[in-house]
Amino acid sequence: MEITLTHFLVLGAIIFCLGMYTVLSRRNAISVLMGVELILNSANINYVAFAHYSSGGVDGQIYAIFVIMLAAAEAAVGLAIVLAIFQIFHTIDVGATETLKN
Amino acid sequence: MEVGTVVFYLIALLVVASAAMVAFSHNIIYSAFSLLGTFAGVAGIYVFLGADFVAAVQLLIYVGGILVLILFAVMLTHRITDVQITNRSAGVVPGLIIVGLLFWLLYETITTTPWAKAKEIAYAATSAKIGDQFLQSYLLPFELASIVLLAALIGAVVLARKEMKG
Repeated sequence: MEITLTHFLVLGAIIFCLGMYTVLSRRNAISVLMGVELILNSANINYVAFAHYSSGGVDGQIYAIFVIMLAAAEAAVGLAIVLAIFQIFHTIDVGATETLKN
Repeated sequence: MEVGTVVFYLIALLVVASAAMVAFSHNIIYSAFSLLGTFAGVAGIYVFLGADFVAAVQLLIYVGGILVLILFAVMLTHRITDVQITNRSAGVVPGLIIVGLLFWLLYETITTTPWAKAKEIAYAATSAKIGDQFLQSYLLPFELASIVLLAALIGAVVLARKEMKG
């Protein structure tokens, strides 16, 4: 059986859904960031798969590299925010930080 | 079955299993280490798709950088003794229903859309082409990326340092 574009798209969809579930259900801020990383990885799989099977150039791979770069920046800033929240609230439960709610 | 097919299914199994571990594990340390399997497996998927440079970048930045950063954050924000209770999940049933519907929608879209096909599927070294493109059509985004990285670097330092009194 030949491996086609559909296989890679379904794999990307599975990883996207697992990442989405992680973001939706976790109460721990670091776990939420892990879910975001899974979602970005699934988008990258789609970019590279379309570049390979549909368009044929390297444009999709370049988009994937930009996404990886932005993921690195997002992880650095996101984890710095998590550490700052932990210093102030002594917890990183995403439901506990509601100072701005009222 | 061909060897390539077997290799694809093995890599896909590794990626999906470790991603499921990230999503469902009760221990945040296990979740963080499972990300290693996902990131390395996705690098294998890139090799399978003939994207050698992206695979190398994935290994360097995700496995070498982001994963270490996440592990550091886990270690800095928890006492190791209470990791068992720090990875709580809430809204499991609504989450599963939403994600299940989402997957059904994505699967229907993927299988029913007639995707465009490339004239020929090439397996060639991509580094030189990507380098050329970065300095030609993608020069502006490339330069903007360096500014974004500088801003993220400074922002992370400003956010994470201890507040000085007086």
